[in-house]
Amino acid sequence: MAFPDAIRELYRAELGNIRESGIFKEERIICAPQNSEIEVEFPAGAERKRVINMCANNYLGLSSHPEVVEAARKGLDFRGYGMSSVRFICGTQDIHKELEQKLTRFLGTEDTILFPSCMDANAGVFEALLTEQDVMIADRLVHASIVDGMRLCKAQTDTYKHSDMGHLEEKLQLHSGARIKMIITDGAFSMDGDLAKLDQIVELAERYGALVFVDDSHASGFIGKTGRGTHEHCHVMGRIDIITTTLGKALGGASGGCVSGRRELVELCRQKARPYLFSNTIPPVVVSGANAVIDLISKTTERRDKLERNTTFWRKGLTDAGLIIKEGETPIVPVMLFNAKLSQDFARELYAEGIYAVGFFFPVVPKGQARIRTQLSAAHEMHHLEKALAAFIKVGRKFDILHKTKQEIIDRFGM
Amino acid sequence: MAEVREVILNYVKNEYLEEDDDREVGYDTPLISGGIVDSFSMVSLKRFLETRYKIQIPDAKATPEAFDTVNNIVALLKDFNVQ
Repeated sequence: MAFPDAIRELYRAELGNIRESGIFKEERIICAPQNSEIEVEFPAGAERKRVINMCANNYLGLSSHPEVVEAARKGLDFRGYGMSSVRFICGTQDIHKELEQKLTRFLGTEDTILFPSCMDANAGVFEALLTEQDVMIADRLVHASIVDGMRLCKAQTDTYKHSDMGHLEEKLQLHSGARIKMIITDGAFSMDGDLAKLDQIVELAERYGALVFVDDSHASGFIGKTGRGTHEHCHVMGRIDIITTTLGKALGGASGGCVSGRRELVELCRQKARPYLFSNTIPPVVVSGANAVIDLISKTTERRDKLERNTTFWRKGLTDAGLIIKEGETPIVPVMLFNAKLSQDFARELYAEGIYAVGFFFPVVPKGQARIRTQLSAAHEMHHLEKALAAFIKVGRKFDILHKTKQEIIDRFGM
Repeated sequence: MAEVREVILNYVKNEYLEEDDDREVGYDTPLISGGIVDSFSMVSLKRFLETRYKIQIPDAKATPEAFDTVNNIVALLKDFNVQ
């Protein structure tokens, strides 16, 4: 028998454990294009409801933009549905090369190679570039896909405390004998919404002869004066050796990712990175849409400027209302609730008020750090944000957490 | 082994707790299952032990269980004649 009852029971028990521990993931079914307002069926089978989306990664509101959709349609018409193969055998088109060149110009690097996703870029880049003689020193809050990529690489690993430059310097001194030292960080950290201290990281890297790797998935397109990313924001453009980023968030929201940086490093990825060698090419429809996105955001900063204004309004509104948020300047704004059950109950109440937002708790964030992660978008209009803010205040009042300290919330609800 | 136990506890506190982290960490505090040390950062703990006590801990022995508390780590080090 291919799937004996005993094995089925084994997996059922595991699923049961996940449910009991309260971390079972339930998908909300969105019955509309990705936008600031969406129609949602939740739980499955329930009546559909129109809600304001406060937790999409659609930072620039481009994932359903008419020009992007039209460009994608043309890509489908003129370059077909799929590439049926990997890049180096029969899967590279002129539009793929065009997108790589556009990304190189936009990010201010020397060269770029596309991957099916940023997760694939992170899975392939370290093993392609580093050996047993090298060491990777990563910020402790880097994205899980970076951790997975580092695990696939034979180089030594070490970590430094989140954004702790003193600790990073200690680690650089400790590993001074390594052939190559690579400092690894996210540009914008997706759970807390804070930015890496790239200016200080680059200074340390230059002093200790290390390379710098930045995953800018939550920054490309909107952080920095012209939206180039955290390297622009920190005034270190041209001094980052490797940037990975995604086309799946601000840059169109479909899928795809890339490694961009020093010419030799990108070329080595082309020769050795396994997701490039063994995974199908990004489909033309996505590449054409992404090409249009880069054109749109290269022409004007209007969308990232609007996103910045929305972010400022939202951060000030929540703070004035007496909710505790993680300080920062990115459109990732976590509302801290500390208690896992409270974060779930709060999200449910928000949904009843017409607001779509999700509670995060351990193991996605550390124990005692449960939160609702809100994310702003350029697609949000002021009336969306005013309604969402009113809902947060109403629910906050219901749970009596407005103008309460962290300790007071923990005393009442527990960690 | 009291001194070894103290050295490891201090290392864990200095290396893994942020300045504003006021969690109590003792010899039997679950480090990995308790979310203080993630399995990836555990590598630096292994490296510290190997460097300090001039030993080589095989990957098969460097399990999350073996590293889950200071007392578990001390028990592991006994296998390598660390006093």
